[in-house]
Amino acid sequence: MAFWKKDNNNKPAGKDAGKKAETEARRRNRPVLIVSVLFVCVFLSLAGYLIYILVCQGDNMANSPYNRRRQNLLAEKVVRGSIITEDGETLAKTEFDENGEEYRTYPYGRLFSHVVGYSLNGGAGMEASNNINLLMSHSLFVEQVQKDLLHEKNIGDNVITTLNVKLQQAASDALGDNKGAAVVMDPKTGAILAMVSKPDYDPNSIPEMWDYYTSDEAADDTSLLNRATQGLYPPGSIFKILTTIGYLRQNNDQYLDYQYNCTGSITMDDITINCYHNHAHGALTLESSFAQSCNSSFVNVGTQVEINTLRKVCGDFLFNEKIPLNLACSKSISALSRATDTEKLMQTVIGQGDTLVTPLHMAIMAAAIGNNGVMMRPYLVSRVETHNGTVVRSFSPEKLGTVISQSEAQILKQFMRKVVTEGTATSLNTDAYSVAGKTGSAEYGTKKGNSHSWFVCFSPVEDPQIAISVILEEAGSGSEYAVPVAKKILNAFYDN
Amino acid sequence: MLEIITSVSKYAILLTAALYTFLGFYVFSKKTEEERSGLYAKQIVLLFLFHLISYAVMFCREQSLVILIFYAAQVALLAGTLIAYRAFYPRCSRLLVNNMCFLLSIGFVILYRLESERCIKQFIIAAAGIVLSFVVPVIIRKWTFLKKLTWVYLSVGLGLLIIVTVLGATTFGSKISFTVGGVTLAPNEFIKILFVFFVAGMLSAEDLQFPRIALATVLAAAHVLVLVVARDLGSALIYFVVYMAMLFVATRKAGYVAAGLGFFSAAAVAAYYLFSHVRVRVQTWTTPFDTLKNDTSQLSQSLFAITTGGWFGMGLFEGAPNTIPVAMKDFVFSAICEEMGVLFALCLVLVCLSCFLMFINISLKLTDPFYRLASVGLSVTYIFQVFLTIGGDIKFIPLTGVPLPLVSYGGSSVLSSLIMFAIIQGLYILKQDE
Repeated sequence: MAFWKKDNNNKPAGKDAGKKAETEARRRNRPVLIVSVLFVCVFLSLAGYLIYILVCQGDNMANSPYNRRRQNLLAEKVVRGSIITEDGETLAKTEFDENGEEYRTYPYGRLFSHVVGYSLNGGAGMEASNNINLLMSHSLFVEQVQKDLLHEKNIGDNVITTLNVKLQQAASDALGDNKGAAVVMDPKTGAILAMVSKPDYDPNSIPEMWDYYTSDEAADDTSLLNRATQGLYPPGSIFKILTTIGYLRQNNDQYLDYQYNCTGSITMDDITINCYHNHAHGALTLESSFAQSCNSSFVNVGTQVEINTLRKVCGDFLFNEKIPLNLACSKSISALSRATDTEKLMQTVIGQGDTLVTPLHMAIMAAAIGNNGVMMRPYLVSRVETHNGTVVRSFSPEKLGTVISQSEAQILKQFMRKVVTEGTATSLNTDAYSVAGKTGSAEYGTKKGNSHSWFVCFSPVEDPQIAISVILEEAGSGSEYAVPVAKKILNAFYDN
Repeated sequence: MLEIITSVSKYAILLTAALYTFLGFYVFSKKTEEERSGLYAKQIVLLFLFHLISYAVMFCREQSLVILIFYAAQVALLAGTLIAYRAFYPRCSRLLVNNMCFLLSIGFVILYRLESERCIKQFIIAAAGIVLSFVVPVIIRKWTFLKKLTWVYLSVGLGLLIIVTVLGATTFGSKISFTVGGVTLAPNEFIKILFVFFVAGMLSAEDLQFPRIALATVLAAAHVLVLVVARDLGSALIYFVVYMAMLFVATRKAGYVAAGLGFFSAAAVAAYYLFSHVRVRVQTWTTPFDTLKNDTSQLSQSLFAITTGGWFGMGLFEGAPNTIPVAMKDFVFSAICEEMGVLFALCLVLVCLSCFLMFINISLKLTDPFYRLASVGLSVTYIFQVFLTIGGDIKFIPLTGVPLPLVSYGGSSVLSSLIMFAIIQGLYILKQDE
């Protein structure tokens, strides 16, 4: 900063007037030059930022659902790209009828209805969330200019998805005609391999069926809803995973000393919580409480955990936060607060109360435990390519954070393994592969006895390659209904 | 056919603008005026080509007689300006005249596309402005006493500013203007020039001592304060930066600038807590998409426009720039990005920079301290205003709501910009004649 000052002080004793004038002019000009260099730099960063916005954030911004109007303008200039799986199966593509009119077709029909979605009638699923990717063409400049000049439509980019037809088919078949959802992920990368919601719909018939879906007649028809990402359910006993984490955090290594004698119910402040079918589990450790999914013992465990610790655990596990997936997702809700009373707390720690979760969220939770506590960002799109296969952008797995320590993860893995070997999911105990999981039967509504059937798991236990979450609405216990669904998906996964 | 013309024209428009811009910088490498002259002539050809192609596209779309007549009128105005400057002021900076006409023509194109009636209005004001500003170089030459009117600039400028603040209607949470007989005036656009002259008068004194600097600073701060009270923070910022730059050039002391910046930071924090509309703008800036549903969705619409348009733009009439609020004024840059493309917009940024470099080039040549300082002040006024509007539109900085000189719709803005260009031309001619 001092260089012009120096100049100011050391006025060279000019020998001739011309030289002196020149020096004087230089001295005078220096601050003006500094000001202008400053502004030139500012302007270059401005131009740089404009380029940055377009290159790095452009597609994201342009893809906003609020930008639909401009997206429709793009659709007039570009043939919408296809959605293709890693192994080359086309899930959505644009074809031309005999009159040369474009139409969108979904070769797998109902199988990918919710996750792939549809592009017309406002759009849904990946078709909506990747609208801009499909409507932008990154083919060669030369080709684009050429097509532009010939007034031909450019060909939009293809979206390559992590979805796997075989697993999707297995999950869909396993859910059958039940209402419910299943999400399959790769715990190490966060890639979503399958996402099924039932009842489903045929995306090919959306334009014809639209009047029906929007009519009063369809008021109770929830088949357009993607239960996997938007369905909010009480978690039931799978929440005990989080209660356990809270307890481990508070009691470190002393969890082995935990003992409880279950008589089939527990009463605190005149509030009684029963075990499933009032079953008395007898003498329990923390591990067997978890494996047997004993409500009484878990109320005992959970009420010993400070509410703030539990809140922190829920916060780490993305409760009340937007799931960072480019698809319409609901936030899971945890209503725990300092003001939570004993009754609510007793219900919350066993997964009842005011807690609501999405199946996707529970799959992410199971995956994070399987992945030794490292939660990966879930994703459906592995890359975007031009129509002739040049990669436009690829998405690499991204850590969301370490939500539990490695030692906590080890303990939970051991507990969840026990659920399969000795607890509520023994029907999955096979030599073919090792599974660790947690069942849940979530009571809903005010009526006693009606419950949703939950199961979350990952496999193989030591080096998980797959994490699953399954819910069957109004089915009954997790062991009886959700576990067999997961088993069919696992069988398909291992049956290579 | 129409679409083919639109898509061909998209690239042709970009090509003319890119070549024009390139020449605008290339001239700086040529030393003699003869060498430069050929380049200027090429620029003029490109300018008219750009204008012709753009209007051809719009004519294909509208096929009305009005647009033909209007196009002819614009050609007459632009050609008239170029010829008149050459004829009457042969020693003027031809680069500046070219750039001025190019920026005006970009404005005429995008404004016509957005709202043809207001574009015609803008054209009339610009035509009047060019005629008016044409005498400015003569005035500068004849009226040397202008250098001595420091206190007149102060009293008229600050006085007007206060009156406008008291009487003026508040539009869009800031920006002061008032309407006289159907014409909305933003006196602030002209007061900027008076302010620069006042500061130049104060700081170009031969024996510049601290008391005089302090007095100048207090009076400059008074301007800024009135603008802050009027909630026109964009202008307040321009005045502040212009004063800082002029103070630095006059005193060559970085300490003053450091003190000024320190004071500014404190003031900015205070403004954030004092004014709700400042908070809103900062919030919109940090999270533009969360506030989509409020009236500050301008920024998200602007970003949609820029990003959907992409490098080459959607083509004239192929985008939806009218969904951007105040697209004709503060967000004209985003409208240009959407339909003419980011590459074209980058050319526009560089043309503005080329104007600034020419301004500075002229300032460096001036030896009279008053003229020199005034010229630096006007240069900074111009470039900083361009920075504020473009930076705000692309989310580089929070929005301040200032128009893009010579391009945005707004009579006062275009008039004052023309006068600014003319003043600098006048100073240049004066120097050339010496």
